[in-house]
Amino acid sequence: MNFALSDEQEFLREAARGALSRHKTVEAAREALENPEALPDLWPMAVEAGWPGLLIDEEHGGAGLGVFEAMLVAEECGRVLASVALLGLVPATAILGSAGDESLAEVAAGELRPVYLPARPPSELEDAWTVDPHSGVARPPAPRAAIEGSEVSLEGSYAFVPDAPGAGLLVAVGALQDGSPVAAALAADAEGVQVDPIVRYDATRPLANITLSGARGRHLDVDADALADAWYVAQALVAAESIGAMQTCLDTSVAYAKERFTFGRAIGSYQAIKHELTEILRLLENARGLEYYAGWARADKPEEFPLAASAARSAAGRGLDFAARSMIDVHGGIGATWEHDAPLFFRRAQLSRRLLGGTHDATDRVAEQTLAGVP
Amino acid sequence: MDLNDTPEQAEYREKVRAWLDEHSDGAPPRSGSAEDSDYINARRAWQRELAEAGLAGVTWPREYGGQGRGPLEQVTVNQELARAEVPGILDVIGIGMLGPCLIAHGSEEQKSRHLGPMLHGDEVWCQLFSEPAAGSDLAAIQTRAKPADEGGWTLNGQKVWTTNAQFASFGLLLARTDPDVPKHKGLTMFIVPMDAPGVTVRGLRQISGEAEFNEVFFDDVHLDEDAVVGGVGNGWGTALTVLMFERLTIGFGSENFGSPARLAATVAGDPGARRDSDIRQRLGTLLSELLAVRFNGYRALTMLQRGQIPGPEAGLAKVTMVNAAIAATDLGADVVGPDALDPDNDWSYLISFLPGLKSAGGTEQILRNTIGERVLGLPPEPRLDKGVPFSELRAKEREALAS
Repeated sequence: MNFALSDEQEFLREAARGALSRHKTVEAAREALENPEALPDLWPMAVEAGWPGLLIDEEHGGAGLGVFEAMLVAEECGRVLASVALLGLVPATAILGSAGDESLAEVAAGELRPVYLPARPPSELEDAWTVDPHSGVARPPAPRAAIEGSEVSLEGSYAFVPDAPGAGLLVAVGALQDGSPVAAALAADAEGVQVDPIVRYDATRPLANITLSGARGRHLDVDADALADAWYVAQALVAAESIGAMQTCLDTSVAYAKERFTFGRAIGSYQAIKHELTEILRLLENARGLEYYAGWARADKPEEFPLAASAARSAAGRGLDFAARSMIDVHGGIGATWEHDAPLFFRRAQLSRRLLGGTHDATDRVAEQTLAGVP
Repeated sequence: MDLNDTPEQAEYREKVRAWLDEHSDGAPPRSGSAEDSDYINARRAWQRELAEAGLAGVTWPREYGGQGRGPLEQVTVNQELARAEVPGILDVIGIGMLGPCLIAHGSEEQKSRHLGPMLHGDEVWCQLFSEPAAGSDLAAIQTRAKPADEGGWTLNGQKVWTTNAQFASFGLLLARTDPDVPKHKGLTMFIVPMDAPGVTVRGLRQISGEAEFNEVFFDDVHLDEDAVVGGVGNGWGTALTVLMFERLTIGFGSENFGSPARLAATVAGDPGARRDSDIRQRLGTLLSELLAVRFNGYRALTMLQRGQIPGPEAGLAKVTMVNAAIAATDLGADVVGPDALDPDNDWSYLISFLPGLKSAGGTEQILRNTIGERVLGLPPEPRLDKGVPFSELRAKEREALAS
């Protein structure tokens, strides 16, 4: 029995924390709300740290590590709201790696940044590959794809794709006429590709709406399991970065509850505050247990990874919602002002719960996996 | 990360499994009524068999009949018992909590007299701590032991929520021996023979109508000098030892309280429920919580294996487990409908049992206080009882109630 981080994993986490600490990421998250130019470009730091190649094998210049290691880095980014393009990158490299794509060395070296154009695997209630809607709750079908020799052509759109602005390579998941999924690697500037950058509420999270009009890319020869896996890798990463953000919400609120006095005593001595803070801790510890589960399952028990990643996303999503609101409550009025950090974490929570299927979809997937007899 | 056994652990598990394969046919059913003496006797006999096979008192030192192994091997035994679908020892409280306290604080005579019969199920023990007016604030107990003229002690008072008292031979009892000092200081731990004159055990019926635990009354019960455990006036420290072992006993393998498998089968078996988005949200939410309890259990086991004792944060797992179990029974019963409340229905027992479990082993509010203060380092609530002699405290309480 060994369900703890290894020395190497601890070291990776510390190194990530150290690298991020050299940038004022939280301040930047606030400034970028009014001036998008204020968002620092953290990509050179990520490249220097070797993050683009975390999942890519050593033969192609990567680190050959697992999704769990990428989650640990994402957790550190979430802790300080750092805008590092992991959510788009890591699932994309998982697919490129399975396909043994020619771009791997370039991606690992940080010369080409890929982004994942996600499609959600079918479920019991929705028997098709679908994408996030531009609006409403009905999920549109994944873009229609056709294989033409060594190429795939795609027709359709993806809404609110994280990290898409500025990416050089699009790793798109579409559906063939028979409903089965297929992946393609497209140059971002290929004909028929339209990338419309958008920001919604959280300035640290560049998004884009992407339209493919008969755009063509390399066929990535991977099976449906690998494409479903990429979706769950994305779920696990959202969980991890939410856990990091929750940790900051907790630490900041606990520190304030110790130094703010009312009626002659620190507010943290009141049960009303103390119990709310232990609730954040409880939700955080639960999410972290599931983060470990997801990291372990991806490496050692792939058949449980959809359940584990979905459970982690569900618990961390609900946890961050609670923690971000509590952080505002515990700080009182100041917590709801522009100058305070609490609203930045609140913005992160508000957008995160609505991306990549949303928290509720992950919760539904936990139910579905269990009803299907997993684990 | 690796959830597999080490070669030594695998060898131990193999041994345990082999013994259970051979003997589990003779085991009694896993549940039965505490008021059915045939059932209790069968459980005693099964405990004796387990003890002789080295599957009881796994963590007790060898010199007291135990196996001298670590908590991880205890977990292995628990897992294998569950896998074999047989009950474990009858006297979980004695062997898990009170025996270890005797080993830590008892005299040589007490150890040699009591530990053997406890281990083999010949003498079951009960824990006589909580009182009607002292639960979360355990040091407020009022059961009083006074020195007797003829030597020894005279005991008067009442205990409550006492599991197994109906058939216990002995109880470990916390009593006040000096009311004129602050409340944590005037306490002493005693061994009480449950058949002593003046001891009355009365079943306490719960929501379900069944009496699973008891209230126990003491009217001028005489205790010998050598009934004291750990020294006069040291009762609080001795009690903390028991509570520490209690945390270890209830901390692990509790995720099944929520009956996730039965819940999943209930929802899966109802085509309407299975496709109902609200039911799926409730199911996914509570299952995530139960999964978190399981995997945080593995994190705690890893700490144990490295020689670290789980801290108060283990209480969070209990809070999660109980509330998720309540959510699970509510959901299961919502799918089944009113028939779930029929006493013969599987859900009914849990629905009645779980509200009380919220208070067992520490109320949720007390656990959150402890965790907030010890783990998060938040300041304690101001206390009005610090340094005040217990007798004065009681006088103030009476005054406040009268005004």
